[in-house]
Amino acid sequence: MTVPIDAYLVVGAGLFGIGVIGVLVSRNLIILLMSVELMLNAANLALIAFSRALNLMDGHAFVFLVLTIAAAEASVGLAMVITLYRNHDTVNIDRFSILKW
Amino acid sequence: MIDISTAVIDFGLIAPEISLVAAAFIILIIGYTKRLGKFCALTALLGIFVSFYYTLIQYGNPGSGFSGMVTSDDFGVVFRMIFLVTALLTILIAQNYLSLKRLNKPEFYALICFSTMGMMVMANSTDLVVMFLGLEIMSVPLYVMAGFARRNLASNESGIKYFIMGAFASAFLLMGIAFIFGASGTTDLKRIIADLSYLSEFSHFYFYSGIAMILIGFGFKVGVVPFHSWVPDVYQGAPTPITAFFSVGPKAAGFAVLLRVFSFGFAEVEILEPTFWVLAVVTMTVGNVLALRQNNIKRMLAYSSIAHAGYILIALTAGGIEGVSSAVFYLIAYALFNFGAFTVIIMMESRSGGTTEFSELKGLLKVHPYLTSILALFMFALAGFPPTVGFIGKFYIFSAALKNGFIWLTLIGVMNSFISVYYYLRVIKVSCFEDSDSEFAPMSMTPALMFVLFITILGTLGLGIFPDQILEFSKTALFAFL
Amino acid sequence: MFEVFFPILFLFVLAVVIALIMSGLSVFIGKRTKLGKKDEPYECGVEPVGNTKEPVPVKFYMVAILFILFDIEVIFLFPWAVISDRLGMFGFIEMVVFVVILLVGYFYILKRGALEWD
Repeated sequence: MTVPIDAYLVVGAGLFGIGVIGVLVSRNLIILLMSVELMLNAANLALIAFSRALNLMDGHAFVFLVLTIAAAEASVGLAMVITLYRNHDTVNIDRFSILKW
Repeated sequence: MIDISTAVIDFGLIAPEISLVAAAFIILIIGYTKRLGKFCALTALLGIFVSFYYTLIQYGNPGSGFSGMVTSDDFGVVFRMIFLVTALLTILIAQNYLSLKRLNKPEFYALICFSTMGMMVMANSTDLVVMFLGLEIMSVPLYVMAGFARRNLASNESGIKYFIMGAFASAFLLMGIAFIFGASGTTDLKRIIADLSYLSEFSHFYFYSGIAMILIGFGFKVGVVPFHSWVPDVYQGAPTPITAFFSVGPKAAGFAVLLRVFSFGFAEVEILEPTFWVLAVVTMTVGNVLALRQNNIKRMLAYSSIAHAGYILIALTAGGIEGVSSAVFYLIAYALFNFGAFTVIIMMESRSGGTTEFSELKGLLKVHPYLTSILALFMFALAGFPPTVGFIGKFYIFSAALKNGFIWLTLIGVMNSFISVYYYLRVIKVSCFEDSDSEFAPMSMTPALMFVLFITILGTLGLGIFPDQILEFSKTALFAFL
Repeated sequence: MFEVFFPILFLFVLAVVIALIMSGLSVFIGKRTKLGKKDEPYECGVEPVGNTKEPVPVKFYMVAILFILFDIEVIFLFPWAVISDRLGMFGFIEMVVFVVILLVGYFYILKRGALEWD
């Protein structure tokens, strides 16, 4: 039995939605970071599903690129969170209010 | 799938990028060695010049390679030049500032090189995935640069806000690209356009949601209004030379991609025209109105940069040759006078105890009459008075809009320009007619800063009086498009 | 059947042999210290018993961040390895360039002192 492409896309859209809500609602920087990663991976899932449905290899190659980019973003984000934690002693974004949001 | 044996691999096409990356690598290697550590800035400048040389060679010889992933045309060359000049000027204005704030680290130069290289990749591709890669190569160094002053809380905050917003936007962009890939089976703009009329019912949904998400992603990057909330915070918190870089380079890169994708790629998609119309109006108006109430010059310029993005969106709405060439011209003009304004702010902030508040300008006229007139010149250019290039740029944008029948849009644009005069003139008013309560500390003027001022004044006035050359340049750039 | 799966069997044997060589060599030429700390479950620095809310030293994060980068970048080697015979010399040189780029990063963090533990 093959899983139809719509199923993958629904899962992808769901993950993406969870990521978006996480970014908008969460106050903790680490959770924000994870939500962003979730969004990127949802896009990866969509890319792979489409390229499987269309019988192309392009999507698979792009996923490799996206993974490395996500890693670079994650490490820069983590480094920034650590710097912030050292200076502020918190990772709650409501406390960062020197510049008005 | 791409067959490597048939792919055209021509390293000449990406020679400008390679030279910048090579410079960045050399900086990373020599940066923390004892003897060569001081040559970082020089290496970066050298890399920029070599890159500029290779870019010039490409002018007039369009080419495409790497299986259509890289396209080098005159449009790309024009934008490459904007980015390289921006990087050069940023390095020059940063010298004094960085050593004053104890930030003079080799990473700064490497990050500038990497980021500029990312912008160049963005502007020189017709493939959505390569554009995305370029965008990330540009953005990740920018996040680090925004938070470059590690011990400064405002800079930290600016960095993390930029990071969260930027990563959020990239995810949207990537999802959009995935959807468009799903709808048309390719990420190459040229082939997407060719397939546009054959889309099935199923593909339509993915295609339009893909376009919407790409628009959201790039909208974030250039600071279009519903997605602008990060702009003022990031601009205010980041170290000033880096803010100058932010306000010119990434903005130009974002618009380069927007122009390529929306003015030529998806120009046939009908829903885009009213969308851009609304975005342009909202962006201009919100930017200008919020700029009225700012007390910090950096923050004021941030809102003003949102408003200027709105003016460029007018050109995007108008579309066609006039629209795109006026957008390119305006980006060049904006780069010049905005950089000039930031240079004066850096001079101001570099004094002992200097801030970027409006009150800092009090009594400027008495101590530095020449500098005051230079500042006034840049403010006039930002507001769009003749004979500066700001006027010519706005004039071309509005006439492009009128030619394509957007009368209301033009009217709203002109009204917005009138609103903006108020806050730009406030800078001049404070510096000329208000007296300082305390002794006015003199400004430090290094040769590098003077040189940047000279270049920007020359550009602002020269292009304002003789704009034909650059206008021709930005027009010829477009015939090679796609 | 055997011919098809022989490379995998070979891989298993190779893995076992390499593991044995590595741990065997460390017995013979490695320097050994007999300290009480060495016998604890986490010998790399975290106290097994105590307050759990104690902040972890920042150097662990540094290593983690650098690990993410170098770990993920290696995924580009896999697609190349799968068709390396078809890509030939050109592919090999490209991969060498890629690894050199990673090495530049490694050299930088080494110089920067990010890997110094104390």
